[in-house]
Amino acid sequence: MDFLQPRSWAEALEAKAAHPDAVPIAGGTDVMVELNFDVRRPPALLDLTRVEELTEWSMDEGQVRLGAGVTYARVITELGRELPGLAMASRTVGSPQIRNRGTVGGNLGAASPAGDSHPALLAAEAQVELASLSGTRTMPVSDFYTGVKRNALEPDELIAAILITPPSGPQQFCKIGTRNAMVIAVSAFGLALHPDRRAVGTGIGSAAPTPRRAREAEQFLAQALDEDGLWDSRRDLPAGLAHDFGARVRAAAAPIDDVRGTAAYRLHSLAVMARRALTWAWDDYQKAA
Amino acid sequence: MTTPTKVPTGAPTETASTAEGRIGDSPLRPDGVLKVTGEFAYSSDLWMDDMIWGATLRSPHPHARIVSVDIGAALATPGVCAVLTADDIPGRNAVGLEHDDQPVLAERVVRYQGEPVALVAADHPEIARQAVKKIVVDYQVLPAVTDGRQALDPSAPKVHEHGNLVRHFKIRKGDPAPSAPVVVSLDFEVGMQDQAFLGPESGLAVPAEDGGVDLYVATQWLHVDQRQVCQALGLPPERVRLSLAGVGGAFGGREDLSMHVHACLLALHTGKPVKMVYNREESFFGHVHRHPADLRYEFGAEADGTLVYGKVEIIFDGGAYASSTGAVVANGATMGLGPYRIPHVRVDCYGVYTNNPPCGAMRGFGCVQAAFAHEALMDELADRLGLDRVTIRQRNGMREGDENITGQRIDSAAPVAELLQIVRDMELPPSASEQRDLRDLPGGVANSTHGEGVVRGVGYAVTYKNVGFSEGFDDFSTARVRLEITGGEPVATVHTAAAEVGQGLITVEQQICRTELGVERVVVHPKDTQVGSGGSTSASRQTYVTGGAVKAACEAVRQRVLDRAAATIGVAANTLRLDGAKIVAESGDVVAALADVLGGDAVEETVEWRHRPTQRVDPETGQGDAHVQYAFSAHRAVVDVDVELGLVKVVALDTAQDVGKAINPDAVMGQIQGGSAQGMGLALMEEILVRDGKILNPSFTDYLIPTILDMPPMKIEILEYADPHAPYGLRGVGEPPTISSGPAVAAAIRQASGKALRRVPIRPEHITAS
Ligand SMILES: Cc1cc2nc3c(=O)[nH]c(=O)nc-3n(C[C@H](O)[C@H](O)[C@H](O)COP(=O)(O)OP(=O)(O)OC[C@H]3O[C@@H](n4cnc5c(N)ncnc54)[C@H](O)[C@@H]3O)c2cc1C
Repeated sequence: MDFLQPRSWAEALEAKAAHPDAVPIAGGTDVMVELNFDVRRPPALLDLTRVEELTEWSMDEGQVRLGAGVTYARVITELGRELPGLAMASRTVGSPQIRNRGTVGGNLGAASPAGDSHPALLAAEAQVELASLSGTRTMPVSDFYTGVKRNALEPDELIAAILITPPSGPQQFCKIGTRNAMVIAVSAFGLALHPDRRAVGTGIGSAAPTPRRAREAEQFLAQALDEDGLWDSRRDLPAGLAHDFGARVRAAAAPIDDVRGTAAYRLHSLAVMARRALTWAWDDYQKAA
Repeated sequence: MTTPTKVPTGAPTETASTAEGRIGDSPLRPDGVLKVTGEFAYSSDLWMDDMIWGATLRSPHPHARIVSVDIGAALATPGVCAVLTADDIPGRNAVGLEHDDQPVLAERVVRYQGEPVALVAADHPEIARQAVKKIVVDYQVLPAVTDGRQALDPSAPKVHEHGNLVRHFKIRKGDPAPSAPVVVSLDFEVGMQDQAFLGPESGLAVPAEDGGVDLYVATQWLHVDQRQVCQALGLPPERVRLSLAGVGGAFGGREDLSMHVHACLLALHTGKPVKMVYNREESFFGHVHRHPADLRYEFGAEADGTLVYGKVEIIFDGGAYASSTGAVVANGATMGLGPYRIPHVRVDCYGVYTNNPPCGAMRGFGCVQAAFAHEALMDELADRLGLDRVTIRQRNGMREGDENITGQRIDSAAPVAELLQIVRDMELPPSASEQRDLRDLPGGVANSTHGEGVVRGVGYAVTYKNVGFSEGFDDFSTARVRLEITGGEPVATVHTAAAEVGQGLITVEQQICRTELGVERVVVHPKDTQVGSGGSTSASRQTYVTGGAVKAACEAVRQRVLDRAAATIGVAANTLRLDGAKIVAESGDVVAALADVLGGDAVEETVEWRHRPTQRVDPETGQGDAHVQYAFSAHRAVVDVDVELGLVKVVALDTAQDVGKAINPDAVMGQIQGGSAQGMGLALMEEILVRDGKILNPSFTDYLIPTILDMPPMKIEILEYADPHAPYGLRGVGEPPTISSGPAVAAAIRQASGKALRRVPIRPEHITAS
């Protein structure tokens, strides 16, 4: 197995172009597990940890540009205000060791339906920046997931960064695990209120072949808030609204039974999380007035 | 005796210690710092420069006929030194703890998924693993029986020719058709727990010049391994020498053989040292698990809650091979009704063969499964009668002098009522609404509740567990103790074959030597088969039995020293005592220096020590003094349950236990904390999921064990009611906490959720189900 160690972003893109079958490795917390379990035997590894451009974040035209190689630990300590939903999700990832190594870019690269960053990124309507020698393209994260553990990356492409607009309203992230730490999500939910656009963002994890938004629920809630003038009045939510929102989130999911949980429980828990998340987010919104 | 020409690196060496610490102290363990700093050599660290690596081909099917095995391609792989099948076993291809029913390598038929079929040795572990995949086995899949109850049906597929019953244990006591004013009953199911030790099965077999083999291995009982390895290799014990390598946890999972014979076969075949290390996934197939159990319970009681009768049927699914199923069945039956006085009893406890993964020993050994059922039923009875759940247990709780259900009189402390009172009186944790940190709530930082749906519940459970081997088993341990003067100082050396698996036995052996001989320096010889059997590190027995042997050997050494001193001085030996480097007379005067008495000689004694004999029980009535000692513990669990999401946070798990005498109080605390966590794990999350005989979650990704955020801080109160029959009055400590913790947690969840919850582990969907 070859081990490629580019020292710059340009070198990394060149290496990927020259070795399209090389598997990028960032924190290695997914890649090394797969190698250990002999799930795959790539001809080459492309080590991205020496590419400084990937491990930085910056504010760029009002957006956070999060390098693909920024770890969860840094998201938690440095970006709690700019990326609250993602920071909440990051806090639930693995253990301190995993949060010190694991990256958001790696979570996208793995594209597991259970990845914890996805619901937060979907709710925040993040964009993913992909690059190759032939150029850079940006797509909504919701288009990035193409199937179970599959994504939109071309063989010569790397994930450069995630672009996220800082929140104009509260965000929440909730996850169900069968123990209180170090656990893969049985189901997860991300919520972002975008009062500037009078819009709602959602993300569902572990309850469909890919992470996905609950678009109908988003529209339902945005419209309900609009019709009652609640975006401006910030009055209490009408009785039943959070519940109805939860039901619509549940309707957007398509889970399966597996060793971690039943489809029925996943649906149930999504409805409960969505309801609670909305209640908390609205509470924050009211307090922020 | 031949010793190997070379000793591998990573093999344990002598443990010397000059630390203070006698009985009742908690001296620092010699392995503690090494383990915390990552320097401790586990069996997976064993190394010899010229060693090669073994790997195992395992059956993908729960039940299949082996039509043919083609090893050609594997053998032709460059770097491969040997490929072996059942045909290459020189001795008997049959091993086992109670019955020799398990082949070393499958012959003609495989009976469970993961059963070893062939072995490869190669000069690199990766080559060995790749070569394993090149072995072509033609299987003809057979119908499998994968349900314990179904296995008893005469029409079920037969796992072995002699049928599917391993053991049926009957207890018949009192009125055969009792009645009572109040009757409660329930069915309960316990899932398959794993020992989940962190150090995978591993060892190194070194061929010796005498045609024998030296095996370095992580195990719980060197001599029972030796017997089986000899049998399979067709070699006498002198030529099969075992040494204990660094053990990374055991909990029962290392009582059966794993890679022992395999590595020896490969070593003898290739003439090279062979190392084998399972990876985590293979480990899940490489050892037995805790028996899943199907339990049906009925209690009859007076209106005041006094128990009149108990009727019990338990089916333990033993999987494909017997392992220790017979003894588990005996425990499940004889202690299956809990530490209560019950005059009329009918128990039918079965251990069966199925094509599921083999099950055998695990901490708590048959009592764990039963305790979930009898404790749930005690709560049910209390509720039915409107009685307090603790009071009803205290009212029926065993006391010293009572008879248990096999007619055995409990002849030392049985403080059931007191233990319950202690845990009930312990301060309760702050209420749920006072908790602000997410980590204190169900779900933790996963942020699934800020208090919504959270209901608190409190649950109690109490247990008693036999200590040591039972039913007439000749349960002994051997200790060799030597006293000599080295560098002007008295030094004791203690040699036993009793396995240190992380519980702290080495420290206890040193404490006993210091206490009995008054020396400071105690050297613990590496554990091996060059001394007689130490018996198993299981059944909470080592401090009792090997501790007893070390004590007795020290006493014998001391007697000889005093006899010698007495002869020189011309007084009676019984007027002298040994105090470190001095011989002291009744008057308190120092009458001789030990150095003068011993000169250059060493005084050495080897003692085989036995606890009081136990009895086989009557096969029809189950009556008899089956066990030598009982250990009692009680737990109180406090849980916060998010009843809407089914998530649980155990807020407190407090306990009281009678340990007779805390030989090493820190080690006692460690056993109680760890045991409680393991019992809680079964109540909440630990389960090997098996469908149609296949394991669905052979990894720590999906076999979950509690983390530090799942385990609450514990309040622990220790009672020391000496057992007059045991060395220093001690009682075994390791298992009771694993038995009473889980049922207390389950009871607390039932109280919070209002759900019956007749199965463990309790999953979120069980709590939320309508
Ligand atoms: C013990 C443990 C616990 C875990 N717990 C969680 C958890 O709670 N929640 C969770 O979501 N995940 C969890 N994971 C999975 C893992 O930590 C995350 O998916 C993490 O985000 C992966 O990041 P990484 O940097 O380690 O990725 P790597 O393993 O380095 O890479 C992951 C994938 O992304 C690709 N990749 C990485 N960077 C790039 C790039 N710049 N461009 C293109 N492709 C790229 C790799 O080729 C690979 O396919 C856990 C893993 C372990 C071992």
